[in-house]
Amino acid sequence: MAISIPLRRLSRSFSAIASNPLRVCVVGSGPAGFYTAEKVLKKHERAEVDIIDRLPTPFGLVRSGVAPDHPETKIVTNQFSRVVQNEHCSFFGNVSLGSSISLSELRDIYDVVVLAYGAESDRVLGIPREELKGIYSAREFVWWYNGHPDCSKLDPDLKSTDTAVVLGLGNVALDVARVLLRPTMELTSTDIASHAVAALEESCIRKVYLVGRRGPVQAACTAKELREVLGIQDLYVHIDEADLVKTPADEEELKNNRIHRRVYELLSRAASSGVASGSGRRELHFVFFRKPERFLESEDQGGHVAGVRFEKTIVREELESGKQIAVGTGQFEDIECGLVLKSIGYKSVPVDGLPFDHQKGMVPNVGGRVLSDASGDEMQFEKGLYVCGWLKRGPTGIIATNLYCAEETVASITEDVEKGLFTRTSSSQQKPGREGLLQLLDSRDIRFFPFGAWEKIDQEETRRGLLKSKSREKLTEWLELLNIASA
Amino acid sequence: MFTLKLSKLGAHAIKNCLKAQLASTARTLRVPLCQNENLLPLIHQRYSTAAPDKAFQKQNEEKEKISVTFVDKDGEEKHIRVPVGMSMLEAAHENDIELEGACEGSLACSTCHVIVMDPNHYNKLEDPTDEENDMLDLAFGLTETSRLGCQIIAHPDIDGIRLALPAATRNFAVDGYKPKPH
Repeated sequence: MAISIPLRRLSRSFSAIASNPLRVCVVGSGPAGFYTAEKVLKKHERAEVDIIDRLPTPFGLVRSGVAPDHPETKIVTNQFSRVVQNEHCSFFGNVSLGSSISLSELRDIYDVVVLAYGAESDRVLGIPREELKGIYSAREFVWWYNGHPDCSKLDPDLKSTDTAVVLGLGNVALDVARVLLRPTMELTSTDIASHAVAALEESCIRKVYLVGRRGPVQAACTAKELREVLGIQDLYVHIDEADLVKTPADEEELKNNRIHRRVYELLSRAASSGVASGSGRRELHFVFFRKPERFLESEDQGGHVAGVRFEKTIVREELESGKQIAVGTGQFEDIECGLVLKSIGYKSVPVDGLPFDHQKGMVPNVGGRVLSDASGDEMQFEKGLYVCGWLKRGPTGIIATNLYCAEETVASITEDVEKGLFTRTSSSQQKPGREGLLQLLDSRDIRFFPFGAWEKIDQEETRRGLLKSKSREKLTEWLELLNIASA
Repeated sequence: MFTLKLSKLGAHAIKNCLKAQLASTARTLRVPLCQNENLLPLIHQRYSTAAPDKAFQKQNEEKEKISVTFVDKDGEEKHIRVPVGMSMLEAAHENDIELEGACEGSLACSTCHVIVMDPNHYNKLEDPTDEENDMLDLAFGLTETSRLGCQIIAHPDIDGIRLALPAATRNFAVDGYKPKPH
């Protein structure tokens, strides 16, 4: 008797009998990782999702990137914490892709691996003397004041200079400028790292230059952050009115872009409301149309930065792409400073066995499905390997961007599940999932920290914070974190 | 920062209270909404009608809850009743409607973005503050009648409001970057 049953339904009924939940590993517990886990659990009720992170503390940049004076932006961790409460979801802290476990091992253990580990490195300018002391990436500086254990010893010198130059005009640039210029008293009750408060209290920095290669129309920051920095108490803000002149191309850009339009309006208003600078007052200077050409070494302090040489630029439309780009004019100008923060973009780090586009600093993919290196004319995908977040799109966007990014990646995963890509007809072909991970970590003597361990850290940080009238006193040393987590 | 928010909430509540009163008594007489809050009680007195008890009771019940319809990205509709004074975000969550609210109503995200489908209802809402506009800047699929769900507060003026949940867009970058086609 011939019964026609779609193959898909057959395999589904097999999987029901074989009790074969989809085994998923998400690498990275920031917004990309958590939104992915949440959506996988919603779409695939019996899926088992393990989230791994190299830190014992979850939440990625929500914990280590969002500025201390932006607590409302961190509220999303409540939602993320609820994801782990699902019995099908587990968190494994202190498990590092590349050192604790390799990508190929993960792919052997899980049906689906989603890489959402973000971008933990920096774009480099590639200009002379970039290695001078006193030059940091904004990422390092942000990690430092946010108590990330990798940068707790950064010890930036804020005392031997009164001027800092921040390269870049995005929100991270504004964050670091704001932390340097806000009255320190306003930061002491936040979750800022105590070592940063101490340094800021003794800081001699009074002048910050925010420098962009192009003009105010192209500035990448957004209105909220700009409004905030312009509203700092007793801060003298300087913007050259000449820089606000718009080309026809600028007008066109503003017409079509609400974000840039409102940012430009805020900058124009700030330029014309020129309040005279007073002595001892902190100053913020917006500098446009300047491209860094080289760093200048101090004559007194060997090996230390003393200034930045900039080439003046004009903005022109690039013929092929239609983009507005900065073109050098051959005229130069120096800004003296003892601290430089490069806020020119983050960059992802590749791991063994992962196809990687080194030029763009991300993983080649289509809708989150990782493209094989061997892909020629016909697209070939790495089976069961997906990406989400900055690793997939490059280091742009906001927390909410990952919401949609995760939706797209999970839609690809779901399509592949429905195509039968992960269906096993016999139990011997099933991936071990969580049990496999536990066995492997055990065999290597790697101590992982479950979500409960983070809850202990959370409790301790809150408790210590209470004693200092802070919302939280972060544990910033690896050893301390691991000790409290293990208690 | 918190006291500022509380006082804004307070001012908002007062405005809504006055508007609600005005709406119920203006059933027979169309009265233009007065900008000056001091004059509103006077207008109320001038045009209020002595309504029979039963009708007045019914008006009270209707005042308490309004009808709201959420339309999801697939076009599916869900009709709910929302007490006056509750935000649309809260109402959505109470009725298991999938409206994200990452910052839980603190004006620090744009995930509760909704599209007000009827321009008349949109116009009845108070203008968004700078803070809300800053967040709307970042909302995906922003339209002329977009608002944050946590900032739309139920009141009789918007009874029957229809709110569309924006479709997940392909272009989800915030800084104007358009992903290159493959």
